[in-house]
Amino acid sequence: MARLIIMGGGVSGHTTATFAKKWLGEEHEVVVVTPNSQWNWIPSNIWVGVGQMSKKDVVFPLAPVYAKAGIDYRQAKAVSIHPNGKEGSDESYIIIESTKEGTQGQTEELTYDYLVNATGPKLNFDATEGLGNGKGELGNNTVSVCTADHAVHANIELKQLFEKARKAKQDGTGERQKILVGTGHGMCTCQGAAFEYIFNIEHEAKKAGVRDMIDIKWISNEAFLGDFGMGGLHMKVGGYAVSSKLFAESLYAERNVDWIIGAHTSKVEAGKIEYELLDGTMHEETFDFAMLIPPFAGVGLKGYDKDGSDISDTLFAPNGFMKVDAKYDAGAYENWKASDWPETYQNPTFDNIFAAGIAFAPPHLISKPMSSPNGTPINPTPPRTGMPAGIIGKAVAHSVCDMIKKGKENAHLHKASMADMGAACVASAGKGIFDGTAAAMTVYPVVPDFEKYPGTGRDTDYTFGEIGLAGHWIKHILHHMFIYKAKLKPGWTLIPE
Amino acid sequence: MKQEEVNFGKSDQFNLTMIPGSFARRMRTCLIWQFFRFTVINIKMLIVVSKSH
Repeated sequence: MARLIIMGGGVSGHTTATFAKKWLGEEHEVVVVTPNSQWNWIPSNIWVGVGQMSKKDVVFPLAPVYAKAGIDYRQAKAVSIHPNGKEGSDESYIIIESTKEGTQGQTEELTYDYLVNATGPKLNFDATEGLGNGKGELGNNTVSVCTADHAVHANIELKQLFEKARKAKQDGTGERQKILVGTGHGMCTCQGAAFEYIFNIEHEAKKAGVRDMIDIKWISNEAFLGDFGMGGLHMKVGGYAVSSKLFAESLYAERNVDWIIGAHTSKVEAGKIEYELLDGTMHEETFDFAMLIPPFAGVGLKGYDKDGSDISDTLFAPNGFMKVDAKYDAGAYENWKASDWPETYQNPTFDNIFAAGIAFAPPHLISKPMSSPNGTPINPTPPRTGMPAGIIGKAVAHSVCDMIKKGKENAHLHKASMADMGAACVASAGKGIFDGTAAAMTVYPVVPDFEKYPGTGRDTDYTFGEIGLAGHWIKHILHHMFIYKAKLKPGWTLIPE
Repeated sequence: MKQEEVNFGKSDQFNLTMIPGSFARRMRTCLIWQFFRFTVINIKMLIVVSKSH
Protein backbone atom coordinates (compact mmCIF):
# COMPACT_ATOMS: atom_id res chain seq x y z
CA MET A 1 0.00 0.00 0.00
CA ALA A 2 1.35 3.43 -0.98
CA ARG A 3 0.51 6.62 0.84
CA LEU A 4 -0.09 9.86 -1.05
CA ILE A 5 -0.26 13.05 1.00
CA ILE A 6 -1.76 16.19 -0.45
CA MET A 7 -0.95 19.37 1.45
CA GLY A 8 -3.79 21.80 0.81
CA GLY A 9 -7.48 21.35 0.08
CA GLY A 10 -8.30 24.23 -2.26
CA VAL A 11 -9.24 23.91 -5.93
CA SER A 12 -5.99 22.20 -6.88
CA GLY A 13 -5.48 20.04 -3.78
CA HIS A 14 -9.12 18.94 -3.66
CA THR A 15 -9.01 17.99 -7.36
CA THR A 16 -5.78 16.02 -6.88
CA ALA A 17 -7.07 14.22 -3.79
CA THR A 18 -10.50 13.29 -5.09
CA PHE A 19 -9.29 12.03 -8.47
CA ALA A 20 -6.34 10.18 -6.91
CA LYS A 21 -8.65 8.39 -4.49
CA LYS A 22 -11.07 7.50 -7.27
CA TRP A 23 -8.26 6.04 -9.41
CA LEU A 24 -6.31 4.38 -6.59
CA GLY A 25 -9.29 2.86 -4.77
CA GLU A 26 -8.97 1.12 -1.41
CA GLU A 27 -5.56 -0.40 -2.20
CA HIS A 28 -3.74 2.82 -1.48
CA GLU A 29 -4.04 5.60 1.05
CA VAL A 30 -4.79 9.23 0.20
CA VAL A 31 -4.33 11.81 2.97
CA VAL A 32 -5.31 15.48 2.78
CA VAL A 33 -3.70 17.94 5.18
CA THR A 34 -5.41 21.31 5.20
CA PRO A 35 -5.78 23.88 7.98
CA ASN A 36 -9.35 24.65 6.90
CA SER A 37 -12.43 22.80 8.08
CA GLN A 38 -14.48 24.16 5.18
CA TRP A 39 -14.06 24.25 1.43
CA ASN A 40 -14.60 27.70 -0.06
CA TRP A 41 -15.63 28.43 -3.65
CA ILE A 42 -13.51 31.58 -3.69
CA PRO A 43 -14.78 33.10 -6.98
CA SER A 44 -18.17 33.69 -5.34
CA ASN A 45 -16.67 35.55 -2.35
CA ILE A 46 -17.16 38.77 -4.29
CA TRP A 47 -20.93 38.23 -4.09
CA VAL A 48 -20.64 37.71 -0.32
CA GLY A 49 -18.70 40.97 -0.20
CA VAL A 50 -21.66 42.88 -1.63
CA GLY A 51 -24.34 41.01 0.31
CA GLN A 52 -25.71 39.04 -2.64
CA MET A 53 -24.72 35.73 -1.08
CA SER A 54 -24.13 34.57 2.47
CA LYS A 55 -21.09 32.74 3.76
CA LYS A 56 -22.99 29.44 3.84
CA ASP A 57 -23.65 29.74 0.10
CA VAL A 58 -19.92 29.60 -0.68
CA VAL A 59 -18.55 27.10 1.87
CA PHE A 60 -19.25 23.54 2.99
CA PRO A 61 -17.61 21.26 5.59
CA LEU A 62 -14.82 19.08 4.22
CA ALA A 63 -14.94 16.22 6.77
CA PRO A 64 -18.12 14.49 5.52
CA VAL A 65 -17.02 14.75 1.89
CA TYR A 66 -13.64 13.18 2.59
CA ALA A 67 -15.23 10.55 4.84
CA LYS A 68 -17.56 9.58 1.98
CA ALA A 69 -14.64 9.41 -0.46
CA GLY A 70 -12.45 7.34 1.87
CA ILE A 71 -9.82 10.08 2.13
CA ASP A 72 -7.93 10.46 5.40
CA TYR A 73 -8.51 14.13 6.32
CA ARG A 74 -6.27 15.95 8.78
CA GLN A 75 -7.27 19.45 9.80
CA ALA A 76 -3.74 20.76 10.20
CA LYS A 77 -1.14 22.88 8.52
CA ALA A 78 1.99 21.37 7.05
CA VAL A 79 5.11 22.76 8.72
CA SER A 80 8.08 20.98 7.14
CA ILE A 81 9.07 18.39 4.57
CA HIS A 82 11.75 15.76 5.28
CA PRO A 83 12.22 14.00 1.94
CA ASN A 84 15.20 11.90 3.04
CA GLY A 85 13.74 10.84 6.37
CA LYS A 86 15.63 11.23 9.64
CA GLU A 87 18.34 9.62 11.71
CA GLY A 88 17.59 5.91 11.79
CA SER A 89 14.88 5.99 9.12
CA ASP A 90 14.88 6.54 5.36
CA GLU A 91 11.13 7.06 5.23
CA SER A 92 10.10 10.45 3.84
CA TYR A 93 7.79 12.38 6.09
CA ILE A 94 6.20 15.74 6.79
CA ILE A 95 5.45 17.42 10.10
CA ILE A 96 1.95 18.80 10.51
CA GLU A 97 0.46 21.01 13.21
CA SER A 98 -3.18 20.63 14.13
CA THR A 99 -5.56 23.58 13.65
CA LYS A 100 -8.53 21.64 14.97
CA GLU A 101 -10.27 22.85 18.08
CA GLY A 102 -9.19 20.74 21.02
CA THR A 103 -5.89 19.57 19.52
CA GLN A 104 -4.69 22.94 18.22
CA GLY A 105 -0.91 23.25 18.08
CA GLN A 106 -0.19 19.52 18.46
CA THR A 107 2.35 18.26 15.95
CA GLU A 108 2.55 14.89 14.21
CA GLU A 109 4.83 13.14 11.75
CA LEU A 110 3.22 11.67 8.64
CA THR A 111 5.26 9.42 6.38
CA TYR A 112 4.60 9.45 2.65
CA ASP A 113 5.47 7.68 -0.56
CA TYR A 114 4.27 10.57 -2.71
CA LEU A 115 3.69 14.17 -1.75
CA VAL A 116 1.73 16.89 -3.54
CA ASN A 117 2.17 20.49 -2.42
CA ALA A 118 -1.09 22.31 -3.16
CA THR A 119 -0.92 24.69 -0.23
CA GLY A 120 -1.97 27.72 -2.26
CA PRO A 121 -0.72 31.14 -1.26
CA LYS A 122 -0.02 32.94 1.97
CA LEU A 123 -2.00 36.18 1.81
CA ASN A 124 0.98 38.40 2.48
CA PHE A 125 -0.82 41.45 3.92
CA ASP A 126 2.24 42.49 5.91
CA ALA A 127 4.25 43.05 2.71
CA THR A 128 2.67 46.51 2.64
CA GLU A 129 2.89 48.70 5.73
CA GLY A 130 -0.58 49.15 7.20
CA LEU A 131 -2.30 46.62 4.93
CA GLY A 132 -1.66 43.86 7.44
CA ASN A 133 -1.87 43.88 11.22
CA GLY A 134 1.78 42.92 11.74
CA LYS A 135 0.81 39.34 12.53
CA GLY A 136 0.29 38.27 8.94
CA GLU A 137 -3.42 38.99 8.94
CA LEU A 138 -5.62 41.67 7.42
CA GLY A 139 -5.29 45.01 9.21
CA ASN A 140 -8.02 47.47 10.15
CA ASN A 141 -7.51 50.03 7.40
CA THR A 142 -8.95 48.11 4.47
CA VAL A 143 -11.21 45.14 3.76
CA SER A 144 -10.60 41.99 1.71
CA VAL A 145 -12.63 39.39 -0.20
CA CYS A 146 -9.89 36.76 -0.21
CA THR A 147 -11.70 34.54 2.30
CA ALA A 148 -15.40 34.08 3.03
CA ASP A 149 -15.00 35.67 6.49
CA HIS A 150 -13.18 38.65 5.00
CA ALA A 151 -16.00 39.05 2.48
CA VAL A 152 -18.68 38.98 5.20
CA HIS A 153 -16.84 41.79 6.98
CA ALA A 154 -16.38 43.72 3.71
CA ASN A 155 -20.12 43.64 3.10
CA ILE A 156 -20.86 45.05 6.58
CA GLU A 157 -18.46 47.94 5.97
CA LEU A 158 -19.84 48.52 2.48
CA LYS A 159 -23.42 48.69 3.70
CA GLN A 160 -22.40 51.25 6.34
CA LEU A 161 -20.84 53.36 3.60
CA PHE A 162 -24.00 53.08 1.48
CA GLU A 163 -26.00 54.20 4.52
CA LYS A 164 -23.77 57.28 4.95
CA ALA A 165 -24.22 58.12 1.27
CA ARG A 166 -27.99 57.70 1.54
CA LYS A 167 -28.15 59.95 4.59
CA ALA A 168 -26.01 62.60 2.90
CA LYS A 169 -28.34 62.50 -0.10
CA GLN A 170 -31.45 62.79 2.08
CA ASP A 171 -29.99 65.61 4.17
CA GLY A 172 -28.66 67.36 1.08
CA THR A 173 -25.21 67.81 2.63
CA GLY A 174 -23.52 66.78 -0.60
CA GLU A 175 -20.90 64.80 1.33
CA ARG A 176 -19.53 62.22 -1.09
CA GLN A 177 -18.07 58.81 -0.25
CA LYS A 178 -14.92 57.51 -1.87
CA ILE A 179 -14.27 53.86 -2.69
CA LEU A 180 -10.86 52.52 -3.70
CA VAL A 181 -10.44 48.96 -5.00
CA GLY A 182 -7.44 47.20 -6.51
CA THR A 183 -4.03 45.87 -5.56
CA GLY A 184 -2.23 46.59 -2.32
CA HIS A 185 1.33 46.04 -3.57
CA GLY A 186 3.40 46.29 -6.74
CA MET A 187 3.78 42.51 -7.02
CA CYS A 188 0.15 41.41 -6.65
CA THR A 189 -1.72 38.93 -8.78
CA CYS A 190 -5.47 38.16 -8.85
CA GLN A 191 -6.52 41.51 -10.36
CA GLY A 192 -9.60 39.65 -11.63
CA ALA A 193 -11.09 39.39 -8.14
CA ALA A 194 -10.65 43.12 -7.54
CA PHE A 195 -12.05 43.81 -11.01
CA GLU A 196 -15.17 41.81 -10.15
CA TYR A 197 -15.54 43.44 -6.77
CA ILE A 198 -15.32 47.02 -8.02
CA PHE A 199 -18.02 46.47 -10.65
CA ASN A 200 -20.26 44.59 -8.25
CA ILE A 201 -19.96 47.51 -5.82
CA GLU A 202 -20.83 49.90 -8.64
CA HIS A 203 -23.85 47.76 -9.58
CA GLU A 204 -25.06 47.55 -5.97
CA ALA A 205 -24.57 51.29 -5.42
CA LYS A 206 -26.81 51.94 -8.43
CA LYS A 207 -29.44 49.54 -7.09
CA ALA A 208 -29.27 51.23 -3.68
CA GLY A 209 -29.83 54.63 -5.32
CA VAL A 210 -26.56 56.09 -4.00
CA ARG A 211 -24.27 55.81 -7.03
CA ASP A 212 -24.40 59.57 -7.59
CA MET A 213 -23.00 60.13 -4.08
CA ILE A 214 -20.02 57.80 -4.47
CA ASP A 215 -16.72 58.18 -6.32
CA ILE A 216 -15.23 54.84 -7.26
CA LYS A 217 -11.57 54.46 -8.18
CA TRP A 218 -9.39 51.55 -9.31
CA ILE A 219 -5.71 51.25 -8.38
CA SER A 220 -3.54 48.54 -9.83
CA ASN A 221 0.01 47.40 -10.47
CA GLU A 222 -0.86 46.59 -14.08
CA ALA A 223 1.03 48.61 -16.69
CA PHE A 224 -2.26 48.96 -18.55
CA LEU A 225 -5.88 48.21 -17.75
CA GLY A 226 -6.79 44.69 -18.86
CA ASP A 227 -3.31 43.20 -18.30
CA PHE A 228 -4.74 40.75 -15.70
CA GLY A 229 -1.24 39.40 -15.03
CA MET A 230 -1.21 37.75 -18.46
CA GLY A 231 0.30 40.63 -20.38
CA GLY A 232 -3.22 41.39 -21.60
CA LEU A 233 -4.80 39.54 -24.49
CA HIS A 234 -6.17 40.24 -27.92
CA MET A 235 -9.69 39.25 -28.76
CA LYS A 236 -12.02 39.44 -31.71
CA VAL A 237 -14.79 41.99 -31.18
CA GLY A 238 -17.03 43.39 -33.91
CA GLY A 239 -14.75 42.18 -36.66
CA TYR A 240 -11.64 43.70 -35.05
CA ALA A 241 -8.84 42.01 -33.14
CA VAL A 242 -8.50 44.36 -30.16
CA SER A 243 -6.39 44.54 -27.03
CA SER A 244 -8.02 43.83 -23.66
CA LYS A 245 -6.82 47.36 -22.77
CA LEU A 246 -9.53 48.89 -24.93
CA PHE A 247 -12.07 46.35 -23.68
CA ALA A 248 -11.31 47.15 -20.02
CA GLU A 249 -11.01 50.93 -20.43
CA SER A 250 -14.35 50.99 -22.19
CA LEU A 251 -16.05 49.28 -19.25
CA TYR A 252 -14.42 51.58 -16.68
CA ALA A 253 -15.38 54.70 -18.66
CA GLU A 254 -18.94 53.46 -19.19
CA ARG A 255 -19.37 52.78 -15.46
CA ASN A 256 -17.65 56.03 -14.45
CA VAL A 257 -14.85 54.25 -12.58
CA ASP A 258 -11.63 56.24 -12.64
CA TRP A 259 -8.30 54.38 -12.65
CA ILE A 260 -4.69 54.60 -11.47
CA ILE A 261 -2.36 52.05 -13.07
CA GLY A 262 1.31 51.12 -12.73
CA ALA A 263 1.03 51.71 -8.98
CA HIS A 264 2.85 50.12 -6.07
CA THR A 265 0.93 50.77 -2.86
CA SER A 266 3.68 51.38 -0.34
CA LYS A 267 1.75 52.39 2.78
CA VAL A 268 -1.81 52.16 4.04
CA GLU A 269 -3.26 54.27 6.83
CA ALA A 270 -6.80 54.85 8.01
CA GLY A 271 -8.48 56.55 5.04
CA LYS A 272 -5.29 57.09 3.05
CA ILE A 273 -2.75 55.23 0.93
CA GLU A 274 0.64 56.21 -0.40
CA TYR A 275 1.73 54.81 -3.73
CA GLU A 276 4.59 54.98 -6.19
CA LEU A 277 4.01 55.08 -9.94
CA LEU A 278 6.13 53.54 -12.69
CA ASP A 279 7.62 56.96 -13.38
CA GLY A 280 8.99 57.00 -9.82
CA THR A 281 6.69 59.74 -8.49
CA MET A 282 5.02 59.33 -5.10
CA HIS A 283 1.32 60.10 -4.55
CA GLU A 284 -1.46 59.82 -1.99
CA GLU A 285 -5.07 58.80 -2.36
CA THR A 286 -7.78 59.08 0.25
CA PHE A 287 -10.72 56.72 0.71
CA ASP A 288 -13.70 55.98 2.90
CA PHE A 289 -13.73 52.30 1.95
CA ALA A 290 -10.92 50.31 0.35
CA MET A 291 -10.48 46.71 -0.75
CA LEU A 292 -6.87 46.05 -1.71
CA ILE A 293 -5.68 42.58 -2.72
CA PRO A 294 -2.48 41.51 -0.89
CA PRO A 295 0.50 39.98 -2.69
CA PHE A 296 0.89 36.21 -2.54
CA ALA A 297 3.85 34.29 -1.12
CA GLY A 298 4.55 30.66 -0.34
CA VAL A 299 3.03 29.45 2.93
CA GLY A 300 6.40 29.23 4.66
CA LEU A 301 7.04 25.49 4.49
CA LYS A 302 10.59 24.43 5.34
CA GLY A 303 12.60 21.50 4.03
CA TYR A 304 15.10 19.48 6.08
CA ASP A 305 17.62 16.80 5.19
CA LYS A 306 18.20 13.59 7.12
CA ASP A 307 20.83 15.26 9.34
CA GLY A 308 18.52 18.17 10.14
CA SER A 309 20.20 20.64 7.78
CA ASP A 310 17.95 23.14 6.04
CA ILE A 311 17.31 22.22 2.38
CA SER A 312 14.48 24.73 1.81
CA ASP A 313 16.52 26.29 -1.03
CA THR A 314 16.49 22.95 -2.84
CA LEU A 315 12.74 22.56 -2.57
CA PHE A 316 11.54 26.15 -2.83
CA ALA A 317 12.20 29.29 -4.86
CA PRO A 318 13.04 32.47 -2.88
CA ASN A 319 9.35 33.51 -2.93
CA GLY A 320 8.45 30.32 -1.04
CA PHE A 321 6.77 28.54 -3.93
CA MET A 322 7.93 25.03 -4.80
CA LYS A 323 10.43 24.41 -7.57
CA VAL A 324 9.14 22.18 -10.35
CA ASP A 325 10.22 21.26 -13.89
CA ALA A 326 10.31 24.88 -15.07
CA LYS A 327 13.24 26.73 -16.65
CA TYR A 328 14.20 29.11 -13.85
CA ASP A 329 17.26 30.51 -15.61
CA ALA A 330 15.53 31.92 -18.68
CA GLY A 331 17.12 35.32 -18.07
CA ALA A 332 15.87 38.55 -19.61
CA TYR A 333 12.36 39.15 -20.95
CA GLU A 334 13.61 38.90 -24.54
CA ASN A 335 14.68 35.30 -23.90
CA TRP A 336 11.42 34.10 -22.36
CA LYS A 337 9.72 31.23 -24.13
CA ALA A 338 6.54 29.27 -23.66
CA SER A 339 8.70 26.19 -23.10
CA ASP A 340 10.08 27.77 -19.88
CA TRP A 341 6.79 26.82 -18.19
CA PRO A 342 6.51 23.54 -16.29
CA GLU A 343 4.73 20.54 -17.80
CA THR A 344 4.66 17.81 -15.16
CA TYR A 345 5.04 19.87 -11.93
CA GLN A 346 7.51 17.31 -10.55
CA ASN A 347 10.20 18.59 -8.22
CA PRO A 348 13.57 18.34 -10.01
CA THR A 349 15.37 16.92 -6.94
CA PHE A 350 12.78 14.58 -5.45
CA ASP A 351 10.77 12.66 -8.05
CA ASN A 352 8.04 11.72 -5.56
CA ILE A 353 7.17 15.37 -4.82
CA PHE A 354 4.91 17.50 -7.00
CA ALA A 355 3.39 20.97 -6.69
CA ALA A 356 0.02 22.04 -8.07
CA GLY A 357 -1.94 25.26 -8.42
CA ILE A 358 -0.57 28.44 -6.86
CA ALA A 359 2.01 26.45 -4.87
CA PHE A 360 4.35 25.88 -7.83
CA ALA A 361 7.01 28.48 -8.55
CA PRO A 362 6.50 30.01 -12.00
CA PRO A 363 9.68 30.45 -14.06
CA HIS A 364 9.05 34.18 -14.51
CA LEU A 365 6.26 36.68 -15.03
CA ILE A 366 3.87 36.52 -17.96
CA SER A 367 3.43 40.31 -18.14
CA LYS A 368 6.37 42.40 -19.26
CA PRO A 369 8.55 43.16 -16.21
CA MET A 370 8.48 46.81 -15.16
CA SER A 371 10.08 48.81 -12.40
CA SER A 372 10.19 52.44 -11.36
CA PRO A 373 13.40 54.53 -11.64
CA ASN A 374 13.74 53.92 -7.87
CA GLY A 375 14.08 50.20 -8.58
CA THR A 376 10.64 49.23 -7.26
CA PRO A 377 9.23 46.33 -9.28
CA ILE A 378 5.67 47.14 -10.34
CA ASN A 379 4.18 44.31 -12.33
CA PRO A 380 1.50 41.69 -11.85
CA THR A 381 2.68 38.18 -11.02
CA PRO A 382 1.27 35.24 -13.00
CA PRO A 383 -2.26 34.05 -12.17
CA ARG A 384 -2.48 30.31 -11.42
CA THR A 385 -5.94 30.06 -9.93
CA GLY A 386 -9.25 28.61 -11.13
CA MET A 387 -9.27 26.45 -14.23
CA PRO A 388 -5.46 26.08 -14.57
CA ALA A 389 -5.22 25.09 -10.89
CA GLY A 390 -7.85 22.37 -11.38
CA ILE A 391 -6.32 21.03 -14.60
CA ILE A 392 -2.83 20.95 -13.07
CA GLY A 393 -4.22 19.17 -9.98
CA LYS A 394 -5.83 16.49 -12.15
CA ALA A 395 -2.68 15.99 -14.27
CA VAL A 396 -0.58 15.59 -11.11
CA ALA A 397 -3.09 13.08 -9.71
CA HIS A 398 -2.83 11.13 -12.98
CA SER A 399 0.98 11.08 -12.84
CA VAL A 400 1.14 9.99 -9.21
CA CYS A 401 -1.44 7.25 -9.73
CA ASP A 402 0.52 5.94 -12.72
CA MET A 403 3.73 5.97 -10.65
CA ILE A 404 2.04 4.06 -7.83
CA LYS A 405 0.36 1.50 -10.07
CA LYS A 406 3.03 0.97 -12.75
CA GLY A 407 6.18 1.89 -10.86
CA LYS A 408 8.29 5.01 -11.39
CA GLU A 409 10.19 3.51 -14.34
CA ASN A 410 7.12 2.63 -16.38
CA ALA A 411 4.86 5.52 -15.40
CA HIS A 412 3.82 8.16 -17.86
CA LEU A 413 4.03 11.68 -16.44
CA HIS A 414 1.01 13.70 -17.54
CA LYS A 415 1.53 17.19 -18.86
CA ALA A 416 -0.47 20.36 -18.22
CA SER A 417 1.65 23.32 -19.27
CA MET A 418 0.01 26.72 -18.93
CA ALA A 419 1.57 27.49 -22.30
CA ASP A 420 -0.52 24.73 -23.83
CA MET A 421 -3.66 25.27 -21.79
CA GLY A 422 -6.56 27.66 -22.15
CA ALA A 423 -8.65 29.24 -19.45
CA ALA A 424 -12.25 30.26 -19.30
CA CYS A 425 -12.79 33.24 -17.04
CA VAL A 426 -16.10 34.79 -16.14
CA ALA A 427 -15.71 38.08 -14.28
CA SER A 428 -18.93 39.29 -12.73
CA ALA A 429 -19.77 42.95 -13.24
CA GLY A 430 -23.02 42.86 -11.27
CA LYS A 431 -25.38 40.16 -10.00
CA GLY A 432 -28.97 39.78 -11.18
CA ILE A 433 -30.87 37.17 -13.21
CA PHE A 434 -32.25 39.82 -15.59
CA ASP A 435 -30.03 42.86 -15.04
CA GLY A 436 -26.67 41.26 -14.12
CA THR A 437 -23.66 41.31 -16.39
CA ALA A 438 -20.32 39.59 -16.55
CA ALA A 439 -17.30 39.65 -18.81
CA ALA A 440 -17.07 36.14 -20.25
CA MET A 441 -13.57 35.51 -21.56
CA THR A 442 -11.54 32.63 -22.85
CA VAL A 443 -7.84 32.78 -23.43
CA TYR A 444 -5.77 30.19 -25.28
CA PRO A 445 -3.10 29.59 -24.20
CA VAL A 446 -2.77 31.26 -20.79
CA VAL A 447 0.96 31.83 -21.33
CA PRO A 448 1.46 33.39 -24.76
CA ASP A 449 3.45 31.33 -27.25
CA PHE A 450 4.97 33.71 -29.77
CA GLU A 451 6.65 30.88 -31.68
CA LYS A 452 3.36 29.13 -32.33
CA TYR A 453 1.21 32.26 -32.61
CA PRO A 454 3.40 35.10 -33.86
CA GLY A 455 1.76 38.47 -33.32
CA THR A 456 -0.46 38.17 -30.27
CA GLY A 457 1.05 34.99 -28.82
CA ARG A 458 -2.39 33.42 -28.65
CA ASP A 459 -4.94 31.74 -30.90
CA THR A 460 -7.46 34.54 -31.59
CA ASP A 461 -10.05 31.95 -32.65
CA TYR A 462 -10.20 30.78 -29.05
CA THR A 463 -9.37 34.03 -27.26
CA PHE A 464 -12.44 36.19 -26.97
CA GLY A 465 -14.42 38.27 -24.52
CA GLU A 466 -17.79 39.94 -24.27
CA ILE A 467 -19.91 41.57 -21.61
CA GLY A 468 -23.51 40.67 -21.05
CA LEU A 469 -26.22 38.89 -19.12
CA ALA A 470 -25.18 35.53 -20.64
CA GLY A 471 -21.86 35.83 -18.83
CA HIS A 472 -23.68 36.34 -15.55
CA TRP A 473 -25.82 33.26 -16.12
CA ILE A 474 -22.66 31.24 -16.81
CA LYS A 475 -20.98 32.58 -13.65
CA HIS A 476 -24.07 31.67 -11.61
CA ILE A 477 -24.26 28.18 -13.11
CA LEU A 478 -20.53 27.64 -12.53
CA HIS A 479 -21.01 28.54 -8.86
CA HIS A 480 -23.52 25.70 -8.37
CA MET A 481 -21.74 23.29 -10.71
CA PHE A 482 -18.34 23.52 -9.01
CA ILE A 483 -19.73 23.27 -5.50
CA TYR A 484 -21.71 20.21 -6.66
CA LYS A 485 -18.51 18.74 -8.10
CA ALA A 486 -16.47 19.53 -4.99
CA LYS A 487 -19.08 17.76 -2.84
CA LEU A 488 -18.51 14.65 -5.00
CA LYS A 489 -22.18 14.30 -5.81
CA PRO A 490 -23.28 11.77 -8.49
CA GLY A 491 -21.62 12.42 -11.84
CA TRP A 492 -19.00 14.81 -10.38
CA THR A 493 -16.27 13.48 -12.65
CA LEU A 494 -18.25 14.55 -15.73
CA ILE A 495 -17.90 18.23 -14.79
CA PRO A 496 -14.65 19.52 -16.28
CA GLU A 497 -12.15 21.48 -14.23
CA MET B 1 -26.71 64.72 -24.70
CA LYS B 2 -26.77 60.98 -25.31
CA GLN B 3 -25.98 58.87 -22.25
CA GLU B 4 -22.85 57.39 -23.79
CA GLU B 5 -21.46 60.87 -24.39
CA VAL B 6 -21.81 62.04 -20.78
CA ASN B 7 -18.77 60.19 -19.39
CA PHE B 8 -16.42 61.27 -22.21
CA GLY B 9 -16.31 64.69 -20.62
CA LYS B 10 -15.56 63.44 -17.11
CA SER B 11 -11.87 62.66 -17.55
CA ASP B 12 -9.16 62.58 -20.19
CA GLN B 13 -8.80 58.85 -19.62
CA PHE B 14 -12.48 58.29 -20.40
CA ASN B 15 -12.26 60.59 -23.42
CA LEU B 16 -9.68 58.39 -25.12
CA THR B 17 -11.61 55.14 -25.06
CA MET B 18 -14.90 53.82 -26.48
CA ILE B 19 -18.21 53.78 -24.66
CA PRO B 20 -21.12 51.62 -25.86
CA GLY B 21 -24.20 53.32 -27.25
CA SER B 22 -27.80 52.58 -26.31
CA PHE B 23 -28.18 49.69 -28.79
CA ALA B 24 -25.06 47.89 -27.52
CA ARG B 25 -26.16 48.46 -23.91
CA ARG B 26 -29.68 47.14 -24.56
CA MET B 27 -28.34 44.02 -26.26
CA ARG B 28 -26.33 43.19 -23.14
CA THR B 29 -29.51 42.44 -21.24
CA CYS B 30 -31.82 41.53 -24.16
CA LEU B 31 -33.07 38.08 -23.17
CA ILE B 32 -33.41 36.64 -26.69
CA TRP B 33 -29.97 37.84 -27.79
CA GLN B 34 -28.39 36.78 -24.52
CA PHE B 35 -29.88 33.27 -24.77
CA PHE B 36 -28.21 33.02 -28.16
CA ARG B 37 -24.90 34.38 -26.79
CA PHE B 38 -25.17 32.00 -23.81
CA THR B 39 -25.19 29.07 -26.25
CA VAL B 40 -22.33 30.46 -28.34
CA ILE B 41 -20.12 31.31 -25.33
CA ASN B 42 -20.72 27.88 -23.78
CA ILE B 43 -19.72 26.14 -27.01
CA LYS B 44 -16.57 28.27 -27.25
CA MET B 45 -15.69 27.58 -23.61
CA LEU B 46 -16.23 23.84 -24.05
CA ILE B 47 -13.83 23.87 -27.02
CA VAL B 48 -11.19 25.69 -24.94
CA VAL B 49 -11.73 23.28 -22.03
CA SER B 50 -11.42 20.24 -24.32
CA LYS B 51 -8.22 21.65 -25.87
CA SER B 52 -6.76 22.13 -22.39
CA HIS B 53 -7.16 18.59 -21.00
